[in-house]
Amino acid sequence: MASVLDELKRKEIVDLLAQGKRIDGRAFDQPRPLSIETGVIPKANGSARVRLGDTEIVTGVKIQPDKPFPDLGDKGIFICTAEVLPLAHPDVEPGPPGEDVIELARVVDRGIRESGMIDMSQLVLEKDKSVIGIFADNSVVDHDGNLFDACSYATTAAILSCKVPKWEIKNEAPVLVEGHESAPPITTIPVSVTMGRIGEHILVDPNAEEWDCIDARITITTNSDGNICAIQKGGNDGFTVEQLLKCADISASAATKIREKLKQTKG
Amino acid sequence: MGGRESTLVLLDKNGIRCDGRKVTEPRRIMIKAGVLKNADGSAYIEFGDNKIIAGVFGPRDVHPKHMSNTDTGIIRCRYHMSPFSVTERKNPAPSRREIEISKVIKEALQPSLMLEKFPRTVVDVFIEVLQADGGSRCAAIDAASVALADAGIPMRDMVCACAAGKVADTIILDVNNEEDQAGQADMPVAYMPNLNKVTLLQLDGVLTHNEYKKCIETAIDGCKLVYQIQRKALTDKFFENGGNQ
Repeated sequence: MASVLDELKRKEIVDLLAQGKRIDGRAFDQPRPLSIETGVIPKANGSARVRLGDTEIVTGVKIQPDKPFPDLGDKGIFICTAEVLPLAHPDVEPGPPGEDVIELARVVDRGIRESGMIDMSQLVLEKDKSVIGIFADNSVVDHDGNLFDACSYATTAAILSCKVPKWEIKNEAPVLVEGHESAPPITTIPVSVTMGRIGEHILVDPNAEEWDCIDARITITTNSDGNICAIQKGGNDGFTVEQLLKCADISASAATKIREKLKQTKG
Repeated sequence: MGGRESTLVLLDKNGIRCDGRKVTEPRRIMIKAGVLKNADGSAYIEFGDNKIIAGVFGPRDVHPKHMSNTDTGIIRCRYHMSPFSVTERKNPAPSRREIEISKVIKEALQPSLMLEKFPRTVVDVFIEVLQADGGSRCAAIDAASVALADAGIPMRDMVCACAAGKVADTIILDVNNEEDQAGQADMPVAYMPNLNKVTLLQLDGVLTHNEYKKCIETAIDGCKLVYQIQRKALTDKFFENGGNQ
């Protein structure tokens, strides 16, 4: 149920869009300022604190030996989770993740996985028995909209900056070899760009106020070659084919600057 | 995609796929409307080896009450796979995948429904995948949309869904299970054919911008084929003469 204040805010946002303006003064294709800090959690193998406008994420990457998936014995494993902490927003309550948070984690996971960012075939200790697992856990600490991109950048930065320990198989069990850490096998840098549609207008990186007004949204992830590697459409309305093609172009160009920034976090 | 190694030939030199289909040929699709007695609307679909049943209840009172909206009706959706629907037994508890699919299906169907006519109510869509093949979310949407129409809920359009994808560097229509596992990309699309709007779009796998465009167009062609089959399912149920009155 929308309150009167929500209705007024929506009207203000829509009226401004008609004049070609966004509520926080950005251009339609301009994401909020992005800051990335890596190595913030020394006990993790890789970590990042990302601020996208006032949305803030802390992501830790833990790396440990694990069993491979039964049908993928020659590949390491990657698992990505997300949690929106109760301190991030007054409407968040503690408890098991709802469908929004499950979708968030799966969209971030899909962008990393489908881009082939990490060469999983280099993370095998013993085929079909023991592989290296990369676990990326996102904690949303401040929620001002577009968690998809913020978590995606934080996960990417945490992976890029991580150090992979070395294990050797002795008596059929992996044993840590101290002092032999290496950079992760990175093949490309995926960048997700989320766009909201309000009426005919496509807005890159909607903030929370805009997010509450969007008719539909789409997250498009591109790799370093500019090719598209993952998409998720969401929201309660659709897109025309023309809008979908426009969104793909916007995402590819918006991703370039962000990719440069992520590249600098490489350890 | 999953990157699974396979000796399967996905596309032979005559342009024939691993299950004998041509590049733009969908699998066999059969839809039947009104298959359940108790549900307000229902449909059964066979889409390749997918066997899926959809039941719709409502508009009806919302429980729990705090979910109800005084401005509009709401839609809830549950996509669930039976434990026996896949090769290895599936744990019957809803997985994260099923929860995500339930959400995207809900958002694919919602734009087609005039829920604002039914404030404080809910339309519940229950989807049970009895046997799963590639493209079960698309088949589920196809059945659910017919079930919603069967329930007599006012609609702006049907929602039809079909996937396109890429195997052996070729864009193909309607990705099957093997192509999903070993192929290069899978893009499920749901589409409202009269309003010309895409209401579900997902992609796993790498596509150039040109391939992206071709994939959307191919999937929409598939959706339009599905639409005719959905119409036939509804006219078969409601008109003895097949709707030619």
